[in-house]
Amino acid sequence: MNIETQDFYTQAILSMSALVGLMSFLMLGQGRLPRLILVFAMQGMLLTLTAILAGYELNSPHLYISALLTFALKVVFIPSMLQKQVFAMNIHRDVEALKNNTAVMLSGASLMVFSYYVLQPIIHTSSMIMLNALVVSLSVVLLGLLLMISHRQAVAHVVGFMSIENGLFFAAMVATDGMPMVVELGVAFDVLVAAVLFGIFFFHIRTSIDSLDVDMMNKLHEVER
Amino acid sequence: MIAVYLLLALSVLGIAFFAFTGHHKDIGKLNTRINAVSLGITIWLATTVFQHGTILSGGKAFLIDSFNVYLIVLTAFVGFTTSLFSAPYMAHEIELGKLTEGRLKLYYSMYQGFMLAMYLVLTTNNMGIMWVAMEGATLATVLLVSLYRTPESIEAAWKYFILCGVGIAQALFGTILLYYAASQIGDPENALLWTVLYEHAAQLNPKILDIAFVFLLIGYGTKIGLVPLHNWLPDAHSEGPTPMSAVLSGLLLNDALYAVVRNKMLVDGATQSHIAGYLMMGFGLVSFLVAALFLHRQKDIKRLFSYSSIEHMGLMTFAFGMGGSLATFAALLHMTVHSLVKSAIFVTVGHTAQIAGTQKMAKIRGLIKTQPKVGWGLLIGTVAIAGFPPFGVFTSEFLVLLATMHNYPWLTPLLLLGIGIAFAGLFRHIQPIVYGEKPEGQSAIKANLIPVMVHLGLALWLGLAIPSFLSDWFSQATLLISGSAL
Repeated sequence: MNIETQDFYTQAILSMSALVGLMSFLMLGQGRLPRLILVFAMQGMLLTLTAILAGYELNSPHLYISALLTFALKVVFIPSMLQKQVFAMNIHRDVEALKNNTAVMLSGASLMVFSYYVLQPIIHTSSMIMLNALVVSLSVVLLGLLLMISHRQAVAHVVGFMSIENGLFFAAMVATDGMPMVVELGVAFDVLVAAVLFGIFFFHIRTSIDSLDVDMMNKLHEVER
Repeated sequence: MIAVYLLLALSVLGIAFFAFTGHHKDIGKLNTRINAVSLGITIWLATTVFQHGTILSGGKAFLIDSFNVYLIVLTAFVGFTTSLFSAPYMAHEIELGKLTEGRLKLYYSMYQGFMLAMYLVLTTNNMGIMWVAMEGATLATVLLVSLYRTPESIEAAWKYFILCGVGIAQALFGTILLYYAASQIGDPENALLWTVLYEHAAQLNPKILDIAFVFLLIGYGTKIGLVPLHNWLPDAHSEGPTPMSAVLSGLLLNDALYAVVRNKMLVDGATQSHIAGYLMMGFGLVSFLVAALFLHRQKDIKRLFSYSSIEHMGLMTFAFGMGGSLATFAALLHMTVHSLVKSAIFVTVGHTAQIAGTQKMAKIRGLIKTQPKVGWGLLIGTVAIAGFPPFGVFTSEFLVLLATMHNYPWLTPLLLLGIGIAFAGLFRHIQPIVYGEKPEGQSAIKANLIPVMVHLGLALWLGLAIPSFLSDWFSQATLLISGSAL
């Protein structure tokens, strides 16, 4: 299938999928928190644009509401909250030395291939847009997990967590033309509450271990010593 | 139908009332009353369903059938008895200076928030809303796990938040895949309703559903505490206030399992294969065996019993996965008795920890000599949960064994081995706690053991003779889930 022969909408959505996936890779290799948060906000912006595009093309106005919610939460509220925390804790200049950066990047690439493999069985039942959107969204979910494994800062974990939500939202939007409105509002509400709770937690963690390095939270073990 | 609205509205009012009014002397009693009224409403709801069958609300937003209605009553019941225990317990924690009044308000407000999320998970007809409510339950309880603000409790709460949040995100991916499959058959606005999904189950694309079920099982399985996704569970149970451990173990785990079983019913209908069942059996059996082994290596009494919860949830997942009427009946019964007994145990464990002033099992000794009621409560609870006759856990485990012998005889030794290991693991820790010599300066406290007696009494009753209305009910639910009557 040649991409140039597709219509404009297909081409645009496919490019968006590629960009959303790319953002996840950029986050994966990012050791500086302010930049990590910036990339996360850019991913949110791409999602907003995709929602507007899909809303226009598929003629479903409720996707505009999704776009608005995404913009407010993922581009404005969460990044600015995280940014404020990073500056308040004076860790914006720290560069986290990422161990095995090459290995992490390579496993990220393999995760993307793995996503294609997992979703292989549905190739016959879906259009090119849907398949690629689902694959990109699954790989964004998996890359978010990898981000959380490879970074030690609590802020990076929250970014990973929220980018997983981004991946899910991308799937819901492109592959299925948006979930029913009531579900989408519910999910947005959960994300909002989660973001606020993360803010509270940063404060608690900092007062208890005087750092946001999650490796220092090591008091509880599966088999007690 | 009005009962469902009342039930949900009452919890919402409870959240708002505890959050926005000033501190009350009788805040605990008030919480108990709200839960008592909820229990009354659910019994009313149950009798309606019993007489008239499945109810679907006007806007198709809520669905009450024989499977979820008994879980709703169980949820309200355990919520009520735990609140009976929680009022004096939390008052005692305030006296010890572990908590401030502001945090007590947060505790009661979120107690109602948790109950609301649980009722919503059970009553909703929309699997998207079910996901939202399940995530809401995590959000409501995460601040309660860190209520004491010790470094350990904050670590536990962070783990709980991240692991459950990430885990449940997989379930959302599964839900999206399912929605994708369902919206292909038309009517996308209603495509996530259980009623619509069940009706069209045979038309759904089986390949998509297989993939979706893997994600749903991993997602909700994190909440059930299936190995290897269980890491958050012992931490969250041991570091939070004890009433929270009781409701987490007795309710949250059940409701997550309920979500998995609902999805399994759907996938079974669509794929006509047993893949979903095999997955559940595998995860369940591994959880059961691994948790039984971990029981031996625990030092904290609350962690001990949270591993026991993982073990029992594993057994239930295994039984539901096996399918067939006998195994499903046994799993439903096990869900009920496990909730009753485990929340009773956590209540006694809470009192035990307050008597001894520690949760370290090595330092708790001579419970029967200090306060006989609590000691006997703990001992009998442990006997019950280990699966001794004549308690209900024995009956349900026996039925699971029977079903296994019938369907997969070569798995029976593994089950027996697990039950044996778990029994040894529990008793090597509990026996010295109950019988040992009383240490200096350990004295009795004011304890409310009515919930314990009621729960254990019910578990005993269910072991001796299951009342006919209850067995009718289980049979109806079995028919609904497994498709064949007992």
